[in-house]
Amino acid sequence: MAAEKRVIFRSAWLPYLLLAPQIAITIIFFFWPAFQAAWYSFQLQDAFGLQTEFVGLRNFHELFGDPRYLESFKITAVFSLSVASIGIAISLLFATMANRVIHGAIGYKTFLIWPYAVASAVAGVIFAFLFAPSVGIITFALKQIGIHWNWVLRGDQAMILVVVASIWKQISYNFLFFLAGLQSIPKSLIEAAAIDGAGPIRRFWTVVFPLLTPTTFFLLVINIVYAFFDTFGVIDATTQGGPAGATNILVYKVYHDGVKSADLGGSSAQSVILMIIVIALTVVQFRYIERKVHY
Amino acid sequence: MNRSSPPPGMVENRPWLTFFAHAILIAGVALVAFPLYITFVASTLTLEQILTVPMPLVPGDQFWNNYTQVITAGSQRGAAAPVGRMMLNSLVVALIIPLGKISISIIASFAIVYFRFPLRNFFFWMIFVTLMLPVEVRIIPTFKVAADLGILNSYAGLTLPLIASATATFLFRQFFMTVPDELAEAARIDGAGPMRFFIDVLLPLSKTSMAALFVIQFIYGWNQYLWPLLITTDESMYTTVIGIKRMITGGDALTEWHLVMATAMLALLPPAVVVMLMQKWFVKGLVDTEK
Repeated sequence: MAAEKRVIFRSAWLPYLLLAPQIAITIIFFFWPAFQAAWYSFQLQDAFGLQTEFVGLRNFHELFGDPRYLESFKITAVFSLSVASIGIAISLLFATMANRVIHGAIGYKTFLIWPYAVASAVAGVIFAFLFAPSVGIITFALKQIGIHWNWVLRGDQAMILVVVASIWKQISYNFLFFLAGLQSIPKSLIEAAAIDGAGPIRRFWTVVFPLLTPTTFFLLVINIVYAFFDTFGVIDATTQGGPAGATNILVYKVYHDGVKSADLGGSSAQSVILMIIVIALTVVQFRYIERKVHY
Repeated sequence: MNRSSPPPGMVENRPWLTFFAHAILIAGVALVAFPLYITFVASTLTLEQILTVPMPLVPGDQFWNNYTQVITAGSQRGAAAPVGRMMLNSLVVALIIPLGKISISIIASFAIVYFRFPLRNFFFWMIFVTLMLPVEVRIIPTFKVAADLGILNSYAGLTLPLIASATATFLFRQFFMTVPDELAEAARIDGAGPMRFFIDVLLPLSKTSMAALFVIQFIYGWNQYLWPLLITTDESMYTTVIGIKRMITGGDALTEWHLVMATAMLALLPPAVVVMLMQKWFVKGLVDTEK
Protein backbone atom coordinates (compact mmCIF):
# COMPACT_ATOMS: atom_id res chain seq x y z
CA MET A 1 0.00 0.00 0.00
CA ALA A 2 1.95 2.90 -1.27
CA ALA A 3 -0.25 5.96 -0.99
CA GLU A 4 -1.91 6.89 2.28
CA LYS A 5 -4.72 9.24 3.19
CA ARG A 6 -3.66 12.34 5.07
CA VAL A 7 -7.00 12.90 6.72
CA ILE A 8 -8.21 10.02 8.80
CA PHE A 9 -10.96 9.29 11.24
CA ARG A 10 -10.35 7.99 14.72
CA SER A 11 -12.22 5.16 16.36
CA ALA A 12 -11.08 2.22 18.43
CA TRP A 13 -13.80 -0.15 17.31
CA LEU A 14 -15.49 1.12 14.12
CA PRO A 15 -12.88 -0.10 11.58
CA TYR A 16 -13.01 -3.61 13.01
CA LEU A 17 -16.79 -3.62 12.82
CA LEU A 18 -16.65 -2.48 9.19
CA LEU A 19 -14.17 -5.18 8.28
CA ALA A 20 -15.91 -7.95 10.23
CA PRO A 21 -18.31 -9.27 7.52
CA GLN A 22 -15.63 -9.48 4.84
CA ILE A 23 -13.08 -11.06 7.17
CA ALA A 24 -15.61 -13.55 8.58
CA ILE A 25 -16.58 -14.81 5.12
CA THR A 26 -12.95 -14.89 4.05
CA ILE A 27 -11.96 -17.04 7.01
CA ILE A 28 -14.95 -19.38 6.83
CA PHE A 29 -15.04 -19.95 3.08
CA PHE A 30 -11.45 -19.29 1.99
CA PHE A 31 -8.86 -19.85 4.67
CA TRP A 32 -10.44 -22.72 6.52
CA PRO A 33 -11.12 -24.77 3.34
CA ALA A 34 -7.70 -23.97 1.87
CA PHE A 35 -6.10 -25.02 5.14
CA GLN A 36 -8.15 -28.22 5.11
CA ALA A 37 -7.16 -28.98 1.52
CA ALA A 38 -3.53 -28.68 2.55
CA TRP A 39 -4.16 -30.86 5.60
CA TYR A 40 -6.02 -33.61 3.69
CA SER A 41 -3.27 -33.69 1.10
CA PHE A 42 -0.97 -35.22 3.68
CA GLN A 43 -3.50 -37.86 4.67
CA LEU A 44 -4.85 -41.12 3.36
CA GLN A 45 -8.49 -42.02 3.93
CA ASP A 46 -9.92 -45.54 3.78
CA ALA A 47 -12.71 -46.31 1.32
CA PHE A 48 -15.47 -45.61 3.86
CA GLY A 49 -13.99 -42.37 5.12
CA LEU A 50 -13.83 -43.77 8.64
CA GLN A 51 -10.11 -43.77 9.25
CA THR A 52 -7.46 -41.34 8.22
CA GLU A 53 -3.76 -41.81 8.39
CA PHE A 54 -0.99 -39.24 8.13
CA VAL A 55 1.14 -40.20 5.15
CA GLY A 56 3.35 -37.16 4.62
CA LEU A 57 4.14 -36.48 1.00
CA ARG A 58 2.90 -39.84 -0.25
CA ASN A 59 -0.13 -38.38 -2.06
CA PHE A 60 2.13 -36.00 -3.94
CA HIS A 61 4.61 -38.73 -4.63
CA GLU A 62 1.91 -40.98 -6.06
CA LEU A 63 0.48 -38.12 -8.08
CA PHE A 64 3.72 -37.42 -9.87
CA GLY A 65 4.23 -41.12 -10.43
CA ASP A 66 0.79 -41.37 -12.06
CA PRO A 67 1.03 -41.14 -15.86
CA ARG A 68 -2.59 -39.95 -16.06
CA TYR A 69 -1.78 -36.96 -13.88
CA LEU A 70 1.26 -36.05 -15.94
CA GLU A 71 -0.87 -36.49 -19.06
CA SER A 72 -3.43 -34.10 -17.55
CA PHE A 73 -0.69 -31.49 -17.16
CA LYS A 74 0.19 -31.85 -20.81
CA ILE A 75 -3.45 -31.64 -21.86
CA THR A 76 -3.96 -28.53 -19.75
CA ALA A 77 -0.90 -26.91 -21.35
CA VAL A 78 -2.10 -27.67 -24.90
CA PHE A 79 -5.64 -26.58 -24.06
CA SER A 80 -4.79 -23.31 -22.33
CA LEU A 81 -2.13 -22.27 -24.84
CA SER A 82 -4.49 -22.97 -27.77
CA VAL A 83 -7.36 -21.07 -26.15
CA ALA A 84 -5.11 -18.13 -25.27
CA SER A 85 -3.15 -17.80 -28.51
CA ILE A 86 -5.94 -18.41 -31.04
CA GLY A 87 -8.43 -16.36 -29.01
CA ILE A 88 -6.00 -13.44 -28.76
CA ALA A 89 -5.14 -13.55 -32.47
CA ILE A 90 -8.79 -13.55 -33.60
CA SER A 91 -9.78 -10.81 -31.15
CA LEU A 92 -6.85 -8.64 -32.20
CA LEU A 93 -7.93 -8.95 -35.84
CA PHE A 94 -11.52 -7.92 -35.01
CA ALA A 95 -10.38 -5.08 -32.74
CA THR A 96 -7.99 -3.70 -35.37
CA MET A 97 -10.76 -3.72 -37.97
CA ALA A 98 -13.30 -2.19 -35.59
CA ASN A 99 -10.81 0.54 -34.74
CA ARG A 100 -10.50 1.31 -38.44
CA VAL A 101 -14.14 1.62 -39.44
CA ILE A 102 -15.92 4.80 -38.51
CA HIS A 103 -19.41 3.88 -39.52
CA GLY A 104 -21.09 1.12 -37.57
CA ALA A 105 -18.28 0.63 -35.08
CA ILE A 106 -20.67 0.75 -32.11
CA GLY A 107 -23.00 -1.72 -33.78
CA TYR A 108 -20.20 -4.21 -34.40
CA LYS A 109 -19.02 -3.79 -30.84
CA THR A 110 -22.50 -4.47 -29.42
CA PHE A 111 -22.83 -7.66 -31.43
CA LEU A 112 -19.34 -8.88 -30.61
CA ILE A 113 -19.43 -8.48 -26.84
CA TRP A 114 -22.53 -10.41 -25.79
CA PRO A 115 -20.96 -13.93 -25.65
CA TYR A 116 -19.24 -12.72 -22.48
CA ALA A 117 -22.65 -13.04 -20.85
CA VAL A 118 -23.08 -16.71 -21.76
CA ALA A 119 -22.26 -19.16 -18.96
CA SER A 120 -19.47 -21.53 -19.90
CA ALA A 121 -21.72 -24.53 -19.26
CA VAL A 122 -24.36 -23.06 -21.60
CA ALA A 123 -21.69 -22.40 -24.25
CA GLY A 124 -20.65 -26.03 -23.81
CA VAL A 125 -24.20 -27.31 -24.33
CA ILE A 126 -24.68 -25.16 -27.45
CA PHE A 127 -21.42 -26.34 -29.03
CA ALA A 128 -22.14 -29.94 -28.05
CA PHE A 129 -25.38 -29.56 -30.02
CA LEU A 130 -23.78 -27.87 -33.06
CA PHE A 131 -21.11 -30.57 -33.22
CA ALA A 132 -23.28 -33.51 -32.09
CA PRO A 133 -22.09 -36.65 -33.90
CA SER A 134 -25.50 -37.63 -35.25
CA VAL A 135 -27.68 -34.50 -35.38
CA GLY A 136 -25.24 -31.57 -35.28
CA ILE A 137 -25.52 -29.04 -38.08
CA ILE A 138 -21.75 -28.46 -38.22
CA THR A 139 -21.14 -32.21 -38.15
CA PHE A 140 -23.40 -32.41 -41.21
CA ALA A 141 -21.52 -29.60 -42.97
CA LEU A 142 -18.16 -31.23 -42.22
CA LYS A 143 -19.44 -34.51 -43.62
CA GLN A 144 -20.20 -32.76 -46.91
CA ILE A 145 -16.55 -31.82 -47.24
CA GLY A 146 -15.40 -35.29 -46.27
CA ILE A 147 -14.54 -34.86 -42.60
CA HIS A 148 -15.97 -37.53 -40.39
CA TRP A 149 -16.67 -35.85 -37.10
CA ASN A 150 -17.24 -37.72 -33.85
CA TRP A 151 -15.80 -36.09 -30.75
CA VAL A 152 -17.47 -38.67 -28.53
CA LEU A 153 -14.99 -41.24 -29.82
CA ARG A 154 -12.03 -39.19 -31.01
CA GLY A 155 -9.82 -37.43 -28.50
CA ASP A 156 -8.31 -34.87 -30.88
CA GLN A 157 -11.76 -33.78 -32.07
CA ALA A 158 -12.99 -33.55 -28.48
CA MET A 159 -10.08 -31.21 -27.75
CA ILE A 160 -10.91 -29.06 -30.79
CA LEU A 161 -14.52 -28.85 -29.64
CA VAL A 162 -13.69 -27.59 -26.13
CA VAL A 163 -11.07 -25.19 -27.50
CA VAL A 164 -13.54 -23.70 -30.01
CA ALA A 165 -16.31 -23.34 -27.41
CA SER A 166 -13.90 -21.74 -24.90
CA ILE A 167 -12.53 -19.28 -27.47
CA TRP A 168 -16.01 -18.29 -28.64
CA LYS A 169 -16.91 -17.29 -25.11
CA GLN A 170 -13.72 -15.33 -24.51
CA ILE A 171 -13.50 -13.34 -27.79
CA SER A 172 -15.61 -10.49 -26.42
CA TYR A 173 -13.35 -9.95 -23.44
CA ASN A 174 -10.14 -9.87 -25.49
CA PHE A 175 -11.82 -7.71 -28.12
CA LEU A 176 -12.81 -5.02 -25.60
CA PHE A 177 -9.33 -4.80 -24.11
CA PHE A 178 -7.64 -4.64 -27.51
CA LEU A 179 -10.08 -2.00 -28.72
CA ALA A 180 -9.39 0.11 -25.61
CA GLY A 181 -5.66 -0.39 -26.17
CA LEU A 182 -5.90 0.65 -29.83
CA GLN A 183 -7.94 3.71 -29.03
CA SER A 184 -5.34 4.90 -26.54
CA ILE A 185 -2.58 4.95 -29.19
CA PRO A 186 -1.96 8.59 -30.16
CA LYS A 187 -3.14 9.29 -33.71
CA SER A 188 -0.06 11.44 -34.29
CA LEU A 189 2.20 8.37 -34.10
CA ILE A 190 0.24 6.59 -36.82
CA GLU A 191 0.20 9.73 -38.92
CA ALA A 192 3.95 10.19 -38.56
CA ALA A 193 4.47 6.63 -39.78
CA ALA A 194 2.05 7.23 -42.66
CA ILE A 195 3.89 10.38 -43.68
CA ASP A 196 7.12 8.38 -43.63
CA GLY A 197 5.47 6.18 -46.22
CA ALA A 198 4.65 3.11 -44.13
CA GLY A 199 1.59 1.24 -45.40
CA PRO A 200 -1.16 -0.04 -43.11
CA ILE A 201 0.36 -3.50 -42.60
CA ARG A 202 3.85 -2.18 -41.93
CA ARG A 203 2.40 0.44 -39.56
CA PHE A 204 0.60 -2.28 -37.67
CA TRP A 205 3.70 -4.40 -37.06
CA THR A 206 6.17 -1.58 -36.40
CA VAL A 207 4.04 0.93 -34.49
CA VAL A 208 0.70 -0.44 -33.33
CA PHE A 209 1.59 -3.96 -32.26
CA PRO A 210 4.64 -3.01 -30.13
CA LEU A 211 2.47 -0.45 -28.33
CA LEU A 212 -0.09 -3.19 -27.65
CA THR A 213 2.47 -5.51 -26.04
CA PRO A 214 1.39 -4.72 -22.46
CA THR A 215 -2.27 -5.39 -23.37
CA THR A 216 -1.33 -8.62 -25.15
CA PHE A 217 0.74 -9.85 -22.25
CA PHE A 218 -2.01 -8.99 -19.79
CA LEU A 219 -4.56 -10.86 -21.93
CA LEU A 220 -2.24 -13.84 -22.21
CA VAL A 221 -2.16 -14.25 -18.44
CA ILE A 222 -5.90 -13.64 -18.08
CA ASN A 223 -6.69 -16.15 -20.84
CA ILE A 224 -4.48 -18.80 -19.32
CA VAL A 225 -6.19 -18.34 -15.95
CA TYR A 226 -9.54 -18.48 -17.77
CA ALA A 227 -8.60 -21.71 -19.55
CA PHE A 228 -7.33 -23.23 -16.31
CA PHE A 229 -10.42 -22.58 -14.19
CA ASP A 230 -13.41 -20.96 -15.87
CA THR A 231 -13.68 -23.56 -18.60
CA PHE A 232 -14.83 -26.17 -16.10
CA GLY A 233 -18.42 -25.66 -17.30
CA VAL A 234 -17.48 -26.13 -20.96
CA ILE A 235 -15.75 -29.44 -20.20
CA ASP A 236 -18.44 -30.72 -17.87
CA ALA A 237 -21.23 -29.92 -20.32
CA THR A 238 -19.49 -31.51 -23.30
CA THR A 239 -16.75 -34.12 -22.97
CA GLN A 240 -16.55 -34.58 -19.18
CA GLY A 241 -12.84 -35.05 -19.57
CA GLY A 242 -13.21 -37.79 -22.18
CA PRO A 243 -12.86 -39.66 -24.39
CA ALA A 244 -10.28 -41.67 -22.46
CA GLY A 245 -9.06 -38.58 -20.60
CA ALA A 246 -8.27 -36.60 -23.78
CA THR A 247 -9.79 -33.39 -22.37
CA ASN A 248 -9.20 -34.08 -18.68
CA ILE A 249 -7.71 -30.73 -17.68
CA LEU A 250 -6.32 -30.30 -14.15
CA VAL A 251 -9.32 -28.52 -12.65
CA TYR A 252 -11.67 -31.15 -14.05
CA LYS A 253 -9.52 -33.91 -12.61
CA VAL A 254 -9.64 -32.33 -9.13
CA TYR A 255 -13.41 -32.35 -9.33
CA HIS A 256 -13.63 -35.82 -10.82
CA ASP A 257 -11.24 -37.46 -8.37
CA GLY A 258 -12.66 -35.66 -5.36
CA VAL A 259 -16.39 -35.73 -6.08
CA LYS A 260 -16.95 -38.69 -8.38
CA SER A 261 -14.20 -41.02 -7.15
CA ALA A 262 -14.15 -39.71 -3.55
CA ASP A 263 -10.35 -39.82 -3.39
CA LEU A 264 -9.97 -37.10 -0.78
CA GLY A 265 -6.22 -37.26 -0.28
CA GLY A 266 -5.33 -37.38 -3.97
CA SER A 267 -7.82 -34.67 -4.92
CA SER A 268 -6.59 -32.40 -2.10
CA ALA A 269 -3.00 -32.86 -3.19
CA GLN A 270 -4.07 -31.79 -6.69
CA SER A 271 -5.86 -28.77 -5.18
CA VAL A 272 -2.66 -27.75 -3.42
CA ILE A 273 -0.71 -27.98 -6.69
CA LEU A 274 -3.37 -25.91 -8.47
CA MET A 275 -3.18 -23.28 -5.73
CA ILE A 276 0.56 -23.05 -6.26
CA ILE A 277 -0.03 -22.53 -10.00
CA VAL A 278 -2.62 -19.79 -9.35
CA ILE A 279 -0.26 -18.05 -6.94
CA ALA A 280 2.50 -18.15 -9.56
CA LEU A 281 0.19 -16.72 -12.24
CA THR A 282 -1.02 -13.99 -9.88
CA VAL A 283 2.55 -13.00 -9.08
CA VAL A 284 3.36 -12.80 -12.80
CA GLN A 285 0.29 -10.65 -13.33
CA PHE A 286 1.24 -8.26 -10.53
CA ARG A 287 4.81 -8.01 -11.70
CA TYR A 288 3.39 -6.92 -15.03
CA ILE A 289 1.16 -4.30 -13.42
CA GLU A 290 4.14 -2.88 -11.54
CA ARG A 291 6.05 -2.64 -14.79
CA LYS A 292 3.17 -0.85 -16.45
CA VAL A 293 3.11 1.71 -13.64
CA HIS A 294 6.82 2.44 -14.05
CA TYR A 295 6.61 2.98 -17.79
CA MET B 1 -2.08 17.56 -34.20
CA ASN B 2 -1.91 20.47 -36.64
CA ARG B 3 -4.80 22.00 -38.49
CA SER B 4 -4.14 20.36 -41.81
CA SER B 5 -4.36 16.82 -40.38
CA PRO B 6 -7.21 14.64 -41.65
CA PRO B 7 -10.28 13.96 -39.47
CA PRO B 8 -9.63 11.58 -36.54
CA GLY B 9 -9.61 7.91 -37.44
CA MET B 10 -8.77 8.52 -41.05
CA VAL B 11 -5.05 8.55 -41.60
CA GLU B 12 -5.52 8.14 -45.29
CA ASN B 13 -8.29 7.04 -47.53
CA ARG B 14 -8.04 3.46 -48.68
CA PRO B 15 -11.48 2.30 -49.75
CA TRP B 16 -10.44 -1.31 -50.29
CA LEU B 17 -9.08 -1.51 -46.78
CA THR B 18 -12.27 -0.09 -45.29
CA PHE B 19 -14.25 -2.59 -47.33
CA PHE B 20 -12.00 -5.38 -46.08
CA ALA B 21 -12.46 -4.21 -42.48
CA HIS B 22 -16.25 -4.29 -42.82
CA ALA B 23 -16.10 -7.74 -44.42
CA ILE B 24 -13.99 -9.13 -41.56
CA LEU B 25 -16.26 -7.58 -38.95
CA ILE B 26 -19.41 -8.89 -40.59
CA ALA B 27 -17.83 -12.34 -40.73
CA GLY B 28 -16.91 -11.94 -37.06
CA VAL B 29 -20.42 -10.96 -36.03
CA ALA B 30 -21.82 -13.87 -38.05
CA LEU B 31 -19.36 -16.28 -36.46
CA VAL B 32 -20.23 -15.09 -33.00
CA ALA B 33 -23.97 -15.03 -33.67
CA PHE B 34 -24.28 -18.32 -35.57
CA PRO B 35 -24.41 -20.57 -32.46
CA LEU B 36 -27.05 -18.30 -30.95
CA TYR B 37 -29.14 -18.36 -34.11
CA ILE B 38 -29.06 -22.16 -34.35
CA THR B 39 -29.95 -22.39 -30.66
CA PHE B 40 -32.96 -20.15 -31.25
CA VAL B 41 -34.06 -22.06 -34.35
CA ALA B 42 -33.76 -25.41 -32.56
CA SER B 43 -35.83 -24.06 -29.68
CA THR B 44 -38.76 -23.46 -32.08
CA LEU B 45 -38.75 -26.91 -33.71
CA THR B 46 -40.11 -30.30 -32.75
CA LEU B 47 -37.66 -33.01 -31.71
CA GLU B 48 -38.45 -34.93 -34.91
CA GLN B 49 -37.47 -31.92 -37.03
CA ILE B 50 -34.14 -31.64 -35.22
CA LEU B 51 -33.44 -35.33 -35.63
CA THR B 52 -33.94 -35.11 -39.41
CA VAL B 53 -30.37 -34.27 -40.45
CA PRO B 54 -29.80 -31.53 -41.49
CA MET B 55 -32.25 -29.69 -39.27
CA PRO B 56 -34.20 -26.76 -40.80
CA LEU B 57 -32.36 -23.42 -40.70
CA VAL B 58 -35.46 -21.27 -40.32
CA PRO B 59 -37.52 -21.03 -37.12
CA GLY B 60 -40.42 -23.45 -36.76
CA ASP B 61 -43.83 -23.00 -35.15
CA GLN B 62 -43.13 -24.67 -31.81
CA PHE B 63 -41.89 -21.55 -30.02
CA TRP B 64 -44.89 -21.28 -27.72
CA ASN B 65 -45.17 -25.02 -27.02
CA ASN B 66 -41.49 -25.55 -26.22
CA TYR B 67 -41.10 -22.51 -24.02
CA THR B 68 -44.28 -23.06 -22.01
CA GLN B 69 -43.29 -26.71 -21.63
CA VAL B 70 -39.86 -25.94 -20.14
CA ILE B 71 -40.97 -22.97 -18.05
CA THR B 72 -43.88 -24.76 -16.42
CA ALA B 73 -42.88 -28.41 -16.48
CA GLY B 74 -39.27 -29.03 -17.55
CA SER B 75 -38.15 -31.85 -19.82
CA GLN B 76 -39.75 -35.26 -20.03
CA ARG B 77 -36.80 -37.64 -20.17
CA GLY B 78 -34.25 -35.66 -18.17
CA ALA B 79 -34.85 -33.64 -15.01
CA ALA B 80 -38.51 -32.73 -14.83
CA ALA B 81 -38.13 -29.53 -12.85
CA PRO B 82 -39.84 -26.40 -14.22
CA VAL B 83 -37.35 -23.87 -15.57
CA GLY B 84 -39.53 -20.98 -14.34
CA ARG B 85 -38.57 -21.88 -10.80
CA MET B 86 -34.89 -22.19 -11.81
CA MET B 87 -34.94 -18.74 -13.38
CA LEU B 88 -36.29 -17.33 -10.14
CA ASN B 89 -33.44 -19.05 -8.27
CA SER B 90 -30.89 -17.70 -10.75
CA LEU B 91 -32.32 -14.21 -10.37
CA VAL B 92 -32.18 -14.35 -6.56
CA VAL B 93 -28.57 -15.60 -6.66
CA ALA B 94 -27.57 -13.06 -9.34
CA LEU B 95 -28.98 -10.23 -7.19
CA ILE B 96 -27.73 -11.34 -3.76
CA ILE B 97 -24.14 -11.90 -4.95
CA PRO B 98 -23.50 -8.38 -6.35
CA LEU B 99 -25.44 -6.63 -3.58
CA GLY B 100 -23.62 -8.66 -0.91
CA LYS B 101 -20.22 -8.16 -2.50
CA ILE B 102 -20.70 -4.44 -2.95
CA SER B 103 -21.95 -3.93 0.62
CA ILE B 104 -19.28 -5.87 2.46
CA SER B 105 -16.47 -4.65 0.20
CA ILE B 106 -17.33 -0.98 0.32
CA ILE B 107 -17.37 -0.86 4.13
CA ALA B 108 -14.17 -2.92 4.32
CA SER B 109 -12.40 -0.53 1.94
CA PHE B 110 -13.71 2.45 3.90
CA ALA B 111 -12.14 1.01 7.06
CA ILE B 112 -8.83 0.31 5.32
CA VAL B 113 -8.53 3.69 3.61
CA TYR B 114 -9.91 6.08 6.22
CA PHE B 115 -8.71 4.59 9.50
CA ARG B 116 -5.39 3.70 11.08
CA PHE B 117 -5.61 0.79 13.46
CA PRO B 118 -3.54 -2.18 14.62
CA LEU B 119 -3.46 -5.13 12.18
CA ARG B 120 -4.72 -2.96 9.32
CA ASN B 121 -2.11 -4.27 6.90
CA PHE B 122 -2.67 -7.81 8.09
CA PHE B 123 -6.39 -7.60 7.24
CA PHE B 124 -5.62 -6.02 3.90
CA TRP B 125 -3.34 -8.90 2.93
CA MET B 126 -5.83 -11.40 4.22
CA ILE B 127 -8.38 -10.08 1.74
CA PHE B 128 -5.75 -9.75 -0.96
CA VAL B 129 -4.66 -13.40 -0.97
CA THR B 130 -8.22 -14.62 -1.59
CA LEU B 131 -7.57 -13.52 -5.18
CA MET B 132 -5.43 -16.61 -5.41
CA LEU B 133 -8.01 -19.08 -4.15
CA PRO B 134 -10.73 -19.57 -6.77
CA VAL B 135 -13.55 -21.86 -5.69
CA GLU B 136 -12.34 -24.50 -8.17
CA VAL B 137 -9.20 -25.25 -6.20
CA ARG B 138 -10.89 -25.73 -2.84
CA ILE B 139 -14.19 -27.32 -3.81
CA ILE B 140 -14.29 -30.32 -1.53
CA PRO B 141 -13.31 -28.67 1.75
CA THR B 142 -15.60 -25.70 0.97
CA PHE B 143 -18.41 -28.15 0.36
CA LYS B 144 -17.71 -29.70 3.76
CA VAL B 145 -17.85 -26.31 5.45
CA ALA B 146 -21.21 -25.61 3.78
CA ALA B 147 -22.50 -29.03 4.83
CA ASP B 148 -21.37 -28.46 8.45
CA LEU B 149 -23.12 -25.10 8.49
CA GLY B 150 -26.28 -26.76 7.17
CA ILE B 151 -26.61 -24.41 4.19
CA LEU B 152 -26.75 -27.01 1.39
CA ASN B 153 -29.79 -26.49 -0.86
CA SER B 154 -30.36 -22.93 0.33
CA TYR B 155 -29.88 -19.42 -1.04
CA ALA B 156 -27.37 -18.79 1.75
CA GLY B 157 -25.32 -21.74 0.55
CA LEU B 158 -25.56 -20.66 -3.08
CA THR B 159 -24.38 -17.12 -2.39
CA LEU B 160 -22.37 -16.70 0.87
CA PRO B 161 -19.20 -18.54 -0.23
CA LEU B 162 -19.08 -16.41 -3.39
CA ILE B 163 -19.65 -13.06 -1.71
CA ALA B 164 -16.16 -12.36 -0.35
CA SER B 165 -14.28 -10.62 -3.11
CA ALA B 166 -10.86 -9.10 -3.20
CA THR B 167 -11.54 -7.44 -6.56
CA ALA B 168 -14.46 -5.36 -5.29
CA THR B 169 -12.51 -4.34 -2.19
CA PHE B 170 -9.59 -3.26 -4.38
CA LEU B 171 -11.81 -1.35 -6.72
CA PHE B 172 -13.34 0.71 -3.91
CA ARG B 173 -10.00 1.19 -2.22
CA GLN B 174 -8.57 2.46 -5.49
CA PHE B 175 -11.50 4.80 -5.91
CA PHE B 176 -11.40 6.13 -2.33
CA MET B 177 -7.73 6.98 -2.78
CA THR B 178 -8.73 9.40 -5.55
CA VAL B 179 -11.37 11.17 -3.44
CA PRO B 180 -9.87 14.55 -2.43
CA ASP B 181 -8.81 14.74 1.22
CA GLU B 182 -10.50 18.14 1.49
CA LEU B 183 -13.89 16.43 1.50
CA ALA B 184 -13.08 14.42 4.61
CA GLU B 185 -11.46 17.46 6.19
CA ALA B 186 -14.53 19.58 5.57
CA ALA B 187 -16.73 16.86 7.01
CA ARG B 188 -14.59 16.72 10.14
CA ILE B 189 -14.62 20.48 10.58
CA ASP B 190 -18.41 20.37 10.29
CA GLY B 191 -18.36 17.86 13.12
CA ALA B 192 -19.61 14.97 11.00
CA GLY B 193 -18.60 11.49 12.22
CA PRO B 194 -17.08 8.87 9.93
CA MET B 195 -20.38 7.15 9.16
CA ARG B 196 -22.04 10.48 8.31
CA PHE B 197 -19.17 11.18 5.89
CA PHE B 198 -19.44 7.68 4.43
CA ILE B 199 -23.19 7.91 3.81
CA ASP B 200 -23.41 11.56 2.73
CA VAL B 201 -20.21 11.92 0.74
CA LEU B 202 -18.56 8.62 -0.21
CA LEU B 203 -21.65 6.61 -1.15
CA PRO B 204 -23.01 9.15 -3.65
CA LEU B 205 -19.53 9.52 -5.18
CA SER B 206 -19.21 5.74 -5.56
CA LYS B 207 -22.40 5.31 -7.60
CA THR B 208 -20.61 4.79 -10.91
CA SER B 209 -18.24 2.20 -9.49
CA MET B 210 -21.12 0.41 -7.84
CA ALA B 211 -23.15 0.30 -11.07
CA ALA B 212 -20.19 -1.07 -13.04
CA LEU B 213 -19.47 -3.68 -10.40
CA PHE B 214 -23.13 -4.62 -10.23
CA VAL B 215 -23.32 -5.46 -13.94
CA ILE B 216 -20.18 -7.62 -13.84
CA GLN B 217 -21.19 -9.42 -10.67
CA PHE B 218 -24.76 -9.97 -11.85
CA ILE B 219 -23.38 -11.92 -14.81
CA TYR B 220 -20.91 -13.72 -12.55
CA GLY B 221 -23.73 -14.74 -10.19
CA TRP B 222 -26.17 -15.78 -12.91
CA ASN B 223 -23.53 -17.93 -14.63
CA GLN B 224 -22.21 -19.80 -11.58
CA TYR B 225 -21.89 -23.48 -12.35
CA LEU B 226 -19.50 -25.62 -10.31
CA TRP B 227 -20.59 -24.40 -6.90
CA PRO B 228 -24.37 -24.75 -7.43
CA LEU B 229 -23.73 -28.13 -9.06
CA LEU B 230 -22.14 -29.34 -5.83
CA ILE B 231 -24.47 -27.95 -3.24
CA THR B 232 -27.91 -28.30 -4.84
CA THR B 233 -29.39 -31.77 -4.83
CA ASP B 234 -32.96 -30.55 -4.46
CA GLU B 235 -34.55 -29.75 -7.83
CA SER B 236 -36.38 -26.76 -6.41
CA MET B 237 -33.00 -25.11 -5.68
CA TYR B 238 -31.46 -25.66 -9.13
CA THR B 239 -30.35 -22.59 -11.04
CA THR B 240 -31.07 -22.37 -14.79
CA VAL B 241 -27.51 -23.22 -15.81
CA ILE B 242 -27.57 -26.38 -13.67
CA GLY B 243 -31.03 -27.23 -15.00
CA ILE B 244 -29.79 -27.43 -18.60
CA LYS B 245 -27.02 -29.79 -17.69
CA ARG B 246 -29.47 -32.05 -15.87
CA MET B 247 -31.70 -32.22 -18.97
CA ILE B 248 -29.01 -33.84 -21.10
CA THR B 249 -29.54 -37.50 -20.55
CA GLY B 250 -26.62 -38.77 -22.57
CA GLY B 251 -26.70 -39.84 -26.22
CA ASP B 252 -27.50 -37.35 -28.96
CA ALA B 253 -30.63 -39.06 -30.10
CA LEU B 254 -32.11 -39.42 -26.63
CA THR B 255 -31.67 -35.82 -25.56
CA GLU B 256 -34.72 -33.61 -26.05
CA TRP B 257 -32.71 -30.99 -27.87
CA HIS B 258 -35.68 -28.70 -28.58
CA LEU B 259 -36.31 -28.31 -24.85
CA VAL B 260 -32.62 -28.11 -23.97
CA MET B 261 -32.16 -25.31 -26.53
CA ALA B 262 -35.22 -23.42 -25.26
CA THR B 263 -33.72 -23.62 -21.76
CA ALA B 264 -30.34 -22.48 -23.12
CA MET B 265 -32.06 -19.40 -24.58
CA LEU B 266 -33.70 -18.69 -21.23
CA ALA B 267 -30.35 -19.12 -19.47
CA LEU B 268 -28.39 -16.80 -21.73
CA LEU B 269 -30.91 -14.07 -22.50
CA PRO B 270 -31.04 -12.25 -19.13
CA PRO B 271 -27.27 -11.73 -18.81
CA ALA B 272 -26.89 -11.01 -22.56
CA VAL B 273 -29.58 -8.32 -22.38
CA VAL B 274 -27.88 -6.82 -19.32
CA VAL B 275 -24.55 -6.66 -21.20
CA MET B 276 -26.04 -5.08 -24.31
CA LEU B 277 -28.32 -2.57 -22.59
CA MET B 278 -25.85 -1.56 -19.89
CA GLN B 279 -22.85 -1.65 -22.23
CA LYS B 280 -21.27 1.45 -20.76
CA TRP B 281 -21.29 0.11 -17.18
CA PHE B 282 -20.30 -3.34 -18.37
CA VAL B 283 -17.18 -2.10 -20.15
CA LYS B 284 -16.24 0.14 -17.24
CA GLY B 285 -16.72 -2.73 -14.79
CA LEU B 286 -14.64 -5.08 -16.89
CA VAL B 287 -11.77 -2.64 -17.24
CA ASP B 288 -11.89 -1.45 -13.62
CA THR B 289 -11.97 -4.87 -12.01
CA GLU B 290 -8.88 -5.96 -13.92
CA LYS B 291 -6.75 -3.01 -12.87
